[in-house]
Amino acid sequence: MSLAVPLALLLAAAPASPSPARLSVPYTMFRLPNGLTVIVHEDHSAPVAAVNCWYHVGSGRETPGRTGFAHLFEHLMFEGSKNVPEGAFDRWLEAVGGDNNGSTQEDRTNYYEDVPANAVEVPLFLESDRMGFLLDNMTPTTIDGQRDVVKNERRQGVENQPYGKVEDALPPALFPKDHPYSWPVIGSMADLSAASHQDVMDFFKKWYGPANASLVIAGDVDTAEVKAAAQKWFRDVPKSEPAEPIAPRPVVLREEKRIVLEDRVQLPRLYMAWVTPPAFAPGDAALDAVAGVLAGGKNSRLYKRLVYELQVAQDVSAGQGSQGLASTFAVVVTARSGHKLEEIRGLVDEEIAKLQAAPPSERELQRFQNRTEASFFDRLERVGGFGGKADQLNLYYFRTGDPDYFEEDLARYRALGPSDVQAAAFKFLGPGRVLISVVPEGKKELAVAEVAR
Amino acid sequence: MSARIAVRAASLLALALLAAAPLRAQADRSHPPKPAAVKPLKLPPVERLKLSNGIGVALVGMHEVPVVEVILVLRAGAVTDPAGREGLAAMTADMLDEGAGGKDALALADAIDFLGATLGAGSGWDASTVRLRVPVARLDDALPLMADVALRPDFPEAELQRLRKEALTDLLQARDEPGAIAARALSQAVFGPAHRYGKPQAGGAAQIASWSVADLRAFHAARYVPSAATLVVVGDATASVLPSLEKAFGSWKAASAATPVPPLPAPRQLAGRTIWLVDKKEAAQSSLRLGRVGPAWPDPAYAANQVMNTLLGGSFTSRLNDNLREQHGYAYGARSGFRRNLTGGLFQVATDVQTDKTGPAVGEVFKELERILTPAAADEVERARNYAALGYAGDFETTGQLAQRMVDAVVYGLADGFYEGFVPKALAVDAAALQQAARGAIDTKKLALVVVGDRAKVEAPLRALNLGEIKNLTVDEVMGKAPAIE
Repeated sequence: MSLAVPLALLLAAAPASPSPARLSVPYTMFRLPNGLTVIVHEDHSAPVAAVNCWYHVGSGRETPGRTGFAHLFEHLMFEGSKNVPEGAFDRWLEAVGGDNNGSTQEDRTNYYEDVPANAVEVPLFLESDRMGFLLDNMTPTTIDGQRDVVKNERRQGVENQPYGKVEDALPPALFPKDHPYSWPVIGSMADLSAASHQDVMDFFKKWYGPANASLVIAGDVDTAEVKAAAQKWFRDVPKSEPAEPIAPRPVVLREEKRIVLEDRVQLPRLYMAWVTPPAFAPGDAALDAVAGVLAGGKNSRLYKRLVYELQVAQDVSAGQGSQGLASTFAVVVTARSGHKLEEIRGLVDEEIAKLQAAPPSERELQRFQNRTEASFFDRLERVGGFGGKADQLNLYYFRTGDPDYFEEDLARYRALGPSDVQAAAFKFLGPGRVLISVVPEGKKELAVAEVAR
Repeated sequence: MSARIAVRAASLLALALLAAAPLRAQADRSHPPKPAAVKPLKLPPVERLKLSNGIGVALVGMHEVPVVEVILVLRAGAVTDPAGREGLAAMTADMLDEGAGGKDALALADAIDFLGATLGAGSGWDASTVRLRVPVARLDDALPLMADVALRPDFPEAELQRLRKEALTDLLQARDEPGAIAARALSQAVFGPAHRYGKPQAGGAAQIASWSVADLRAFHAARYVPSAATLVVVGDATASVLPSLEKAFGSWKAASAATPVPPLPAPRQLAGRTIWLVDKKEAAQSSLRLGRVGPAWPDPAYAANQVMNTLLGGSFTSRLNDNLREQHGYAYGARSGFRRNLTGGLFQVATDVQTDKTGPAVGEVFKELERILTPAAADEVERARNYAALGYAGDFETTGQLAQRMVDAVVYGLADGFYEGFVPKALAVDAAALQQAARGAIDTKKLALVVVGDRAKVEAPLRALNLGEIKNLTVDEVMGKAPAIE
């Protein structure tokens, strides 16, 4: 049982509800002498176990000329280590009924292995072997193999993807040239080609030590047993020192930048993006609420006006993409045939201006808060995979130092009042922003003109 | 005061103790650790209840989080579309929540959102569903809204006009997506233009433009009837929800007796190779899809087919993925799988490969489809059956996952215990059974191959493979002309 709480209390819409009950994912945390932080959470509702490992390094730590390297490195982590021949990582996991994946973002790289609970030591062996001894088995051929795979990942996600060019264009438009977020996580083809064996050795030594990682073991396990198993497997991983924290880099966009891209698409699409406060900083949760009021559900302001009433757009979305140094707030609208992006821009700006001028209604905010509360329950159902409980314990530990930050996180949303939402829209969705128009080839006249206002 | 604080205090203590803990067990890295005994898959029991109008209720309790899913399953899928009126089931389902029980579309959405619930309707080949997911404390507030949407839709004319435009625009946008073009082409190539599966599930532009409110009302009256309905309830609920379900759905009566649905003719297996090249100019990758008619539910070879597919293209270490991604680096991934319907089904292979490797990649896919027909090595078979059988429990972890499995069981008539029974059956699949399954499902001389890619660059390498006659197609020929939208 993850929740010891009657839901009626949590969902009480009336602000007068008695002190709301707390969400909790109980855990045990300890640190090994080599610096590795280990977090254990028991959940016996299904006979599965999740091992989830975060390395506190992402594309933001890449060096010039090596964009995409952190993600290429993530691929190499599955290609074998001292005691795990190439290909065996996946074969041995699948042989016990397990699954795995990894992902890279600007600030961090995560890996998971989901297994039947009886096989939980298999991923501990595999994770510890690559954390301790990855380089013993690393050859230039291994790197070439994954370089080809990653280039195809890029083709699939960028070159051959409608509107995929935005992936490349947005980061350098939002962030100054040497900012860690100023290039796409997937990197450029040229930089992927340039990555060398020496780069791999250096990156591993610098960033993949136990003191720069955190490991969660969650699911149908016994805390004392997995504690002993974690000690057994990770004890001989050489000690490391914690990495220097990445230096804060305040970014202020002073003016509006307009970019026009032509693509093989049927409909024009407008991307509007702002640089906003980092994850868990003041304003971060309020911007989630701004996104909800603007584009969450049929009654949201942009959906209702552009898609439902005027029918000038096929879809709208808005979101606060929270990261450690700075977040990105984006509004994305696909125009219907026959509608120009300048018309779309005008309508979106009108709606943002209204929210800046007056707070949303109590009902609009409450709708967002109730949806958010329900989403916290949805997030407590799965222990493994991306976004499962193990991954979230690591996320909260990484961002806040407290793995069980569920209640505090939810409390940020409960605490919002209508004027907070208005204030966030006013303060953070200012004139300094990036507008990218993606238009069908040869149809530049559908774009928001490149000349700044 | 709360348990959390106590837990934290204990963590600090553990931290202090562990730093000085003596070393005990030694890590033996010479081989992967041996797993302990496997726990058998044990799903919570299914309770069978009935409403007073005869609607069956399948209830499964899952009490980890205080959320419940209620799904009304109706035999009103795309296979019940009248001839020439393909897509009517899909549009009817889409229109259900656009106004119902006297509330307009916005008022309905507002009420649902305010409860922190989600309510949606959708249509597949064999069934349409109306799904509610709601925190259990709000179930009684949400059920009447769900019943309005499912039983008393208003089908307002203005909303239909809006959704028609939206659906036509979806068709237009699908032309951008290589995967959507490839999927459309593959179903035409495998099932032919006359079979229902060869036509788009949601209809083509002509059908979409033709829907009237009267069409939707007639379809709803004929197909959304208690005798064609089942309720699936999964989550933090017990039989005590029955009165609430009864109140919402128990007095529902059919306007008239359900009209019988003429059975869908079984799709005919391909008699030879069909090879289509759809020209997508300047595509950086070629989308490859290979397919043939596959087994229906119930599939007597289900366990063997799943283990076979795991080895061929159903897992990361599968031969297709290992070959195309890990060995050759042609693709980000390659996979295969079965889609089983009440009548027939589809077996397919899918991968997107870099344009300049299209020829060799197709060659490698054919090589793997031939090789799976010959006996597999013992370690491969063991890995595949363990992956399919032991990883199965992970497919039943959440309310949503289990609810979907229960919907499948209702639609396809899978007996209670079917899922638990899969595990020992899969563990019993040996090399001979796997080979037999492959021979039942795969024949490289009788299949369809669709390539969506840059014809100027890939046609010659494809011809050089000498696989058979290649038919060149345009995107227009596969997707229909770009629809005109008012």
